[in-house]
Amino acid sequence: MTVKTRRYSARDVTVLVIGVGVAVIVNVGLIWGPTLASVALSATDWNGFGPIEWIGGRNYSDLAGEYPPFWSAVRNNILWLVFLGLVATPFGLFCAVLLDRRLRGSRFYQSALYMPVVLSLAVVGFIAQLVYSHDYGVLNAVTGLSADWLGDRSINIWVVMVAAAWRHVGYVMIIYLAGLKAVDPALKEAAAIDGANERQAFFRVVFPTLRPVNVIVLVITVIEALRAFDIVYAINKGRNGLELLSVLVTENIVGEASRIGFGSAIAVILLVISLGFIVTYLSQLFREER
Amino acid sequence: MTLTAPVGTSPEREAAPPPRRGARPLRWLLHAFLAVVALGWLMPLLLAVYASLRPYDETARLGYFSLPEQLTLDYYGQAWSQAELPRYYLNTLIIVIPALVLTLFLASFVAFAIARARIPGRKTLLIVFTAGNLLPPQVLITPLYSLYTLIPLPAWLSDSQSLYDSYLGLILIHVAFQFGFCVFVIANFMRTIPEEISEAALVDGASLWRRYWTLTLPLCRPVLAALGTLQFTWMYNDFLWALVLMVSGDKLPVTSALNNLRGQFFTDYNLLAAGSVLVALPTLIVFQLLHKHFVAGLTLGSTKG
Repeated sequence: MTVKTRRYSARDVTVLVIGVGVAVIVNVGLIWGPTLASVALSATDWNGFGPIEWIGGRNYSDLAGEYPPFWSAVRNNILWLVFLGLVATPFGLFCAVLLDRRLRGSRFYQSALYMPVVLSLAVVGFIAQLVYSHDYGVLNAVTGLSADWLGDRSINIWVVMVAAAWRHVGYVMIIYLAGLKAVDPALKEAAAIDGANERQAFFRVVFPTLRPVNVIVLVITVIEALRAFDIVYAINKGRNGLELLSVLVTENIVGEASRIGFGSAIAVILLVISLGFIVTYLSQLFREER
Repeated sequence: MTLTAPVGTSPEREAAPPPRRGARPLRWLLHAFLAVVALGWLMPLLLAVYASLRPYDETARLGYFSLPEQLTLDYYGQAWSQAELPRYYLNTLIIVIPALVLTLFLASFVAFAIARARIPGRKTLLIVFTAGNLLPPQVLITPLYSLYTLIPLPAWLSDSQSLYDSYLGLILIHVAFQFGFCVFVIANFMRTIPEEISEAALVDGASLWRRYWTLTLPLCRPVLAALGTLQFTWMYNDFLWALVLMVSGDKLPVTSALNNLRGQFFTDYNLLAAGSVLVALPTLIVFQLLHKHFVAGLTLGSTKG
């Protein structure tokens, strides 16, 4: 370990310090520094100018008590997570299992499924408008309904989640497919010899070996649900039933009122939730590291 | 979005053995199901292309789900010239190319320092970098915005004279946000390169820089290609950073500029569809051309090697 350091000349050490130093400065200065600043600012009523006044936990109590979009956003973020987790992710896994069977044309099916992954979420948002449009949209034309899919507060979050799932399924599918290909085929054969049918073989033998992949997919799903932003912003700037925590944070800086302290309090809530999952993920990831 | 760990093997590479003989009807059912799903998945994109080819008054009369009376490429011309898309493409390139090069360069060097030079504290560094990449951007965007407005830049570097509303600001945040993931992936890849090559060079008195630049980096080409493809797509698709950290309409990258195609009171969705298709085109082309790298990049690390 440290013994090896001796093999470096003074010049080598300088190069190392500069290279790693730049990385650390950029990372701390632009990522972790601002993250900690969010925590500090969340206890102030700063509006971007003038003096910073300490107000303790008042932003948080205002948030919970006097800011209706907050609970709406919390509800939507939870729905988003549950929908991606219970609908989109299992469907992605299901497609991966089907595609793992070395079908003819598998490559085409795969490409079709993850085509949306390369699209920007903003573009996904615009495409969603073509499908869901009240007057000319395809969905109403096909179903004969005349629902205002994006304008109606009670349904718009659902149809937007379907659009988000459109992109999520392909992502999950490709990760599971790679995981499935890495499973030792002998396992499945052994299960088959022991008389297990395909379903039993999958749930009892294959699925448990996918544990590391499951953790990764879980974290991707949670992070995606917390990050969800572009798609609702492209549709209606995240208003009228499409509130999300990420949108509220952004609204408080680019919106009419610049309420830095208040926006930071929402950011801190996002931070706490995401850190829980990030820590889980990293401990899984680094478990086998030296 | 960006996650995961080691090993750069593409699942596509292995030759497919002949399909197993399952029960015929079941196989057909499977194909039918997958075909329906695949078509359903392509449909929205095809719809956008279809809508972009039809005049507004026709779709306003008949809806998007109808047979065409007239097909035209006019909207593409309009999106291209009226919305000045070429300029926004250029803005995107001004941001994405340096950000991509810097990210890969910095990440590969740090990865080398961690995996090969074995600097002290390497595990902590790796964890901090990777965790930073997983944070939702909104967690840090408010102070970042304030920070950017406070950092002055000389006028030749940014006409706003601050990091806010400058290309440099966007480049920096892309590098900062993405390089953690790249460090992680490249470091894992470097560990799979036999150390003997580097050891031999060390005996010959090669400097650290030489071992990194001329010996290790060329061997990392597969992982750099995969990451490059993936990162290009992500940086190109960025919407949030530009939205918050840019204010001049004429400096926006192309993804954010799509909003300019919306009118104040009236939005021509067919024009917007043409714009969307044009904006999506580069990533779709990259995806088709570098399909193998893209998949390798996405799955890097989802399988433990």
